[in-house]
Amino acid sequence: MMTTFTDWDILRNLLLAARWTVLLSLTAFIGGTLVAIPLVMARLSKRVWPHWLIRGYTELFQGTPLLMQLFLAFFGVALLGIDVSPWTAASLALTLYTSAFLVDIWHGSIRALPKGQWEACRCLGLDFGQSLFRVILPQALRIGIAPTVGFAVQVIKGTALASIIGFVELTKAGTILNNVTYEPFKVFGLVALGYFLMCYPLSRYSQYLEKKFNAAHHH
Amino acid sequence: MAQLNFSALWPYWPELLAGLWVTIQLTLMATVGGVALGILGAALRSGRPSILSRLWGVYVELIRNTPFVVQLFFIVFGLPNLGVKLTAGEAALLAMLINLGAYSTEIIRAGIQVTPRGQWEAGRVLGLSRTQTFVQVVLPPSLKRIYPALVSQCIIVMLGSSVVSQVSHEELTFAANLIQSRTFLSFEVYLVTTLMYLALSIAMRQLLLAAGRKWFGEQP
Repeated sequence: MMTTFTDWDILRNLLLAARWTVLLSLTAFIGGTLVAIPLVMARLSKRVWPHWLIRGYTELFQGTPLLMQLFLAFFGVALLGIDVSPWTAASLALTLYTSAFLVDIWHGSIRALPKGQWEACRCLGLDFGQSLFRVILPQALRIGIAPTVGFAVQVIKGTALASIIGFVELTKAGTILNNVTYEPFKVFGLVALGYFLMCYPLSRYSQYLEKKFNAAHHH
Repeated sequence: MAQLNFSALWPYWPELLAGLWVTIQLTLMATVGGVALGILGAALRSGRPSILSRLWGVYVELIRNTPFVVQLFFIVFGLPNLGVKLTAGEAALLAMLINLGAYSTEIIRAGIQVTPRGQWEAGRVLGLSRTQTFVQVVLPPSLKRIYPALVSQCIIVMLGSSVVSQVSHEELTFAANLIQSRTFLSFEVYLVTTLMYLALSIAMRQLLLAAGRKWFGEQP
């Protein structure tokens, strides 16, 4: 039986699928944050080997296609004898991908602070933890917030690739709907609009934060 | 845990190398064209506000806030509806060009913005036209300043090109998918391919940064 798809059907299906895009983005971002925090801490240590290990980690995830990472997560976990769903594979790959970028952004924000800040803490008799949480992090947050929000846009766009390993989110719903309606402009136009509505406010917010916090730095 | 079998992939190395070569060609063309598009866009966006510069701004925001794969599908499935027939390779290149054009517009514009206003004025006082001032006075130091960011963006476009395998363009990822379907050695194939991309991105960065030092002199 051939069913006809009204514009409302297309829109409704895309909206339903967009929820999964949002959920996957949130999962990746929260998971990425949880993985990134200990890595940033490890990079602050004075030992050499964590630096090299984490440099390798970030280079690996930043220097290879996200699509390959998704494939490796999908087939790699299956290799361990665990039945892996597209959702699990996509969450795993996007979490690691996100963490590799967040480590760089946050470590960079901390390193951007003058060395004198650490030395001043030492002089005041603060230990490492006190220096980090009372003095360094509050300042580093102001530097790191704009690029972090900007990177959230990359994560949302990155979730579109989960469609390729068969996870039905906004892009996959678009390809399915295009196959039944043969209206690529309408369908992919709406898909693009969906992403735009999620990403553009974040982009603008990131630019706003950049201006707000940078005004204090540049004279 | 299953045993990994890399030796069974050995007969397929010509396919992987052929795929890699297509990826390199695509990247080369997209980089040259995309950066040219970016310079044009940055010039437009830095000049007097006009309808064209506004439209270019809309183009930049549309591209930067939607996924590359959706842009690709829009071109591949949409354009034939308008009667424009493109091969998979042409569509892939077009999508990459449009994508990099938008990003490099913003990157280059940022470099132009921090170039002191006096540079423009000096060029004009010396009797250069607006275009001459832009090309000969303002553009070179601006490009030098943002060159590392531009290199990173070109590498992101190269990595993003793995997606064009989805519209049957026979580049590196397409070759990997093909070998995967023949051998069922999924993890091994994708691991090897991933390492090839990693090597390519490292080589590309070193090469472009070395070229930058040659063109612009040592980075400050």
